[in-house]
Amino acid sequence: MKGIITVLGKDHVGIIGTVCIYLSRNEINILDISQTIVGGYLNMMMIVDLSTIKKEFTAIVDELVDLGNEIGVAIKMQHEDIFNSMHRV
Amino acid sequence: MITRSEILETNKMIEDSNLDVRTITMGINLMDCADSDINKFNEKVYQKITTCAKDLVKVGDNLAKQFGVPVVHKRISVTPISIAAAGCQTDSYVSVAHTLDKAAKAVGVNFIGGFSALVQKGCTKSDEILINSIPQALSETDVVCSSINVGTSRNGMNMDAVKKMGEIILKTAEMTKEKDSLGCAKLVIFCNAVEDNPFMAGAFHGVGEKDCVINVGVSGPGVVKRALEEVRDADFETLCETVKKTAFKITRVGQLIAQEASKRLKVPFGIIDLSLAPTPLIGDSIAEIFQEMGLEEPGAPGTTAALAILNDNVKKGGVMASSYVGGLSGAFIPVSEDHGMIVAAEKGALTLEKLEAMTCVCSVGLDMIAIPGDTSAATISGIIADEAAIGMINNKTTAVRLIPVIGKKVGDTVEFGGLLGYAPVMPVNTYRCERFINRGGRIPAPIHSFKN
Repeated sequence: MKGIITVLGKDHVGIIGTVCIYLSRNEINILDISQTIVGGYLNMMMIVDLSTIKKEFTAIVDELVDLGNEIGVAIKMQHEDIFNSMHRV
Repeated sequence: MITRSEILETNKMIEDSNLDVRTITMGINLMDCADSDINKFNEKVYQKITTCAKDLVKVGDNLAKQFGVPVVHKRISVTPISIAAAGCQTDSYVSVAHTLDKAAKAVGVNFIGGFSALVQKGCTKSDEILINSIPQALSETDVVCSSINVGTSRNGMNMDAVKKMGEIILKTAEMTKEKDSLGCAKLVIFCNAVEDNPFMAGAFHGVGEKDCVINVGVSGPGVVKRALEEVRDADFETLCETVKKTAFKITRVGQLIAQEASKRLKVPFGIIDLSLAPTPLIGDSIAEIFQEMGLEEPGAPGTTAALAILNDNVKKGGVMASSYVGGLSGAFIPVSEDHGMIVAAEKGALTLEKLEAMTCVCSVGLDMIAIPGDTSAATISGIIADEAAIGMINNKTTAVRLIPVIGKKVGDTVEFGGLLGYAPVMPVNTYRCERFINRGGRIPAPIHSFKN
């Protein structure tokens, strides 16, 4: 099972680091990562492997939202199937 | 691997264009609750609904969180009560409406449909009890929805029922006049009602359905409007292709949610209803799509053609995206639930007659229209008959959900609140039709050949 994480918000030091530490603590492997910064705003996307997670998917979604609130960005994680369904026949 | 642009496109649809799954509706058969004692019947109904649907809201909310797409409503439809309760020795089904209301609230859904009767050829004693119970039932409950089917293309139209429903609508309006006659917003009169409709107020669980089933209604007028902005002033081929592709993408999300909901609830998947259902939010409007297509206001010449294009291409795009399509499938044009339609009605651009013409090519009919409270029962019946005739002759579902607002006149505004929105009271043709409506009897089934 894969998840897609998007991070949006004003860029500052430590955003990727904070997110990556959280993922590593929860045994979530990053498969792909890309980011753009336009006008000081960060737009980061990650594809992550969730096959070894111990927690519920929805619990991780909530914790990432909380983590985003702590560091002042919006973090969203979605199951990859919504993108596969919409864009692949 | 999913690309960055695909992720962005999907999330833009959700965040900027109000893409959502409008409803997961669980259809529940109540025929096995039959009992001659109405108290025992009510007990069995409560048990069955609260057992079947106990996890519905939780599963809907979890799916929304997991896929990052809102699942706005979780709802229930049940076997038409006039059939399920027919064995009860009683002269009123109001207690059944209370039971449905209580069960729906216990499981946390926001509407339950099926306080219904199918009377296209005639009324049984049970149908009559149900119809007579409607005004009190809708005035004393909060989330119960009622629908009556008065005609079909195969059977013709029951004009006695049409006449009766004009009176029942007025009585319901009168009994809920403290709330701007809100009871009528929960009452629909159908021709060619469908058995697997997940949308309220007309949802009921048909007699040809399984014991329990999951139907899903998708939406997304904002997504279609945004897509059309990209092809502004392009020709009709491009316009149609854009609607079709967008409908495909919207429906795929609905299909995913429906399959997952079915798996988690261990209830078979029924159908996806490919409907574009507006809400009063800006950016979630069918009227805005018309404007993007090039009409100054909905109601302008060209509106019926624009709606036909929209409706047909939503179906063409959606059908391939889902394994089972059903319900009402098309574009809804409720007046009070669409801010662009409200503005057009206030300006006089959109009239009841133009709305009637539009219903010839859209998915349902005259929906959520406030009319003066002093409109006669015969006039309401006349409007129902006109709308049902369109459905009967053209082999399509049509419906009427009119709200005669007691104490209000043309130009006043009515606030229904929440998703039901607000509406200006629209003028109704006041020439009389009593002699026509009072004839009584049935209109025979129409001929299905010589189509001109």
